[in-house]
Amino acid sequence: MATLGALLVAGFLLTAVLAPWLAPRDPYQMNLRGSLKPPGAEYLLGADYGGRDVLSRIIYGARLSSIKSISSVGLGMVVGTIMGMLAGWYDQLEGFIMRIVDLLLCFPSIIIALSIIAILGAGLENVIIAIVVGQIPNFARLAHGLTSQARNRLYVESARSIGARDFRILSRHVFPNIMDPLIVQLTLSIPGAIMTAAALSFLGLGVSPPTATWGGMLHESLKWGRSAPHVAVYPGIALMLVVFGFNTMGDGLRRALDPRARKAGRQVG
Amino acid sequence: MIAYTIQRLATGLLTVLAMVTLVFLVFQAIPGDAARMYAGPDASPEAVERIREELGLNLPVHVRYASYMGRLLRGNLGESFITRRPVTTEIRERFPNTIRLSLCAITLAVVLGMTMGLVSAIHEGGVLDIVLTVTALAGISMPSFWLGLLLILTFSVRFGVLPIAGAGTWRHYLMPVVCLSVFNIAFITRMTRSSVLEQLGEDFVRTAQAKGLPQPAVWLVHVLRAALIPITTIVGLQFGYMLGGAVVIETVFAWPGMGRMLVRAVSLRDIPVVQGALLVFAASVVLINLAVDLLYGLIDPRMRRDRR
Repeated sequence: MATLGALLVAGFLLTAVLAPWLAPRDPYQMNLRGSLKPPGAEYLLGADYGGRDVLSRIIYGARLSSIKSISSVGLGMVVGTIMGMLAGWYDQLEGFIMRIVDLLLCFPSIIIALSIIAILGAGLENVIIAIVVGQIPNFARLAHGLTSQARNRLYVESARSIGARDFRILSRHVFPNIMDPLIVQLTLSIPGAIMTAAALSFLGLGVSPPTATWGGMLHESLKWGRSAPHVAVYPGIALMLVVFGFNTMGDGLRRALDPRARKAGRQVG
Repeated sequence: MIAYTIQRLATGLLTVLAMVTLVFLVFQAIPGDAARMYAGPDASPEAVERIREELGLNLPVHVRYASYMGRLLRGNLGESFITRRPVTTEIRERFPNTIRLSLCAITLAVVLGMTMGLVSAIHEGGVLDIVLTVTALAGISMPSFWLGLLLILTFSVRFGVLPIAGAGTWRHYLMPVVCLSVFNIAFITRMTRSSVLEQLGEDFVRTAQAKGLPQPAVWLVHVLRAALIPITTIVGLQFGYMLGGAVVIETVFAWPGMGRMLVRAVSLRDIPVVQGALLVFAASVVLINLAVDLLYGLIDPRMRRDRR
């Protein structure tokens, strides 16, 4: 199962990187005569209202989807881990940082994202910021727990006894030791980020058209799906396969890296 | 138990207070001029100035914070930039619809998810278990709004049996409730399965079997009850996330709830409505978490003793 997931993820990333070579047509080339054409020899997965090739748009959509999700989860992991490690290491900071984290956890991630879009407006950078903020608390909480456990370990004590400073202990000794669970969390957070990004585009609040995004394609299919179901079906399949891939790969990673955490105690927005 | 309840209530109250402050501070960061946004693009500079004074935007931050808190305590969330109606009225009209939708969805998710999880655990390793596990994985990966689109295309457009939009009759509930609960059905299924399997090795299960209880009674009375604790945590957490999911699903089905109101307010940058909706959503999550914490005591007598 995990292998299948890894294959799907690899396929997704390759598609994103190789989009210009894989796409059979220009995803932005309008062709009104081909408007809403059903799947066939000319358009493998049909054409949308503007006569643009659905398959090519899905392939280019993978590009944006991977950029948004990976960069936002990556940034969220960096910020969250630093906050969590500081909170777990310095007692003076713990209360303050963790209360903020608890507060952020009260807001469902899509609602955080929507408020940030309301403040900053739509667009790629703002969408990424909107998703990052929702990712921070999970990483911070995890890193906090792991760091406060690590504090009492022998390797920390020995590093301290040879005169290592806090920064060095945290970055060279603690971080490598708590990295595995963080990486599992990273893999398991990506599907949520992909969904949030797609949901924002679907609500018409993400990256602005005509950019090819899966959520944006589904947004348009609200109008045209009735006469041409293919514009609603295929982008959704792509979205689901990728999310499924990350979920199963993450599950597999968790079992491999962290045998203690067998429980499915995880939240995805 | 009473002391614990009071303590939890106090923490809940403090959390709400901090949240309100956070929301106030975050919305100070809006680029551009709020008075200009309220006045509209065609307003004269004098009109903008007048509104700035009316809204108190020319005052220092701490004065504004005090008056904001004062207004909140009196139940005043300001006025919508667009409809010019009080935000509380807008929310009062829609919040019950969202709550009804979410309650139906969480009920469906708990009932179906726990049943499927229990069945899956009983047949561990069997065909039924594999089918249910794969179904649950698919359900977790299903984008709810896409499912909504597919359901509309199938049941409303092709067969014409279910209404596309609105919230009048029970038939309006079917599709949105299914979409909103699908993730949680899958999630609770997985959770119940692993939680039940964990309990199986415990002594109390062997005792129950040894004293000759029929197998279904062992499963339902002993195993499932012990498995309820982690499940309750998850249901509480997920209920909050479900409110988030409602935002998207309400838009798909044109459901007259808070979520659709929030999305509309965000796209029109109707800040007071966004702020109000945000506060209500977050306060609901705090309340739900509080309820879950208090529920633990009822489910697990050990917790009651520990906390005294």
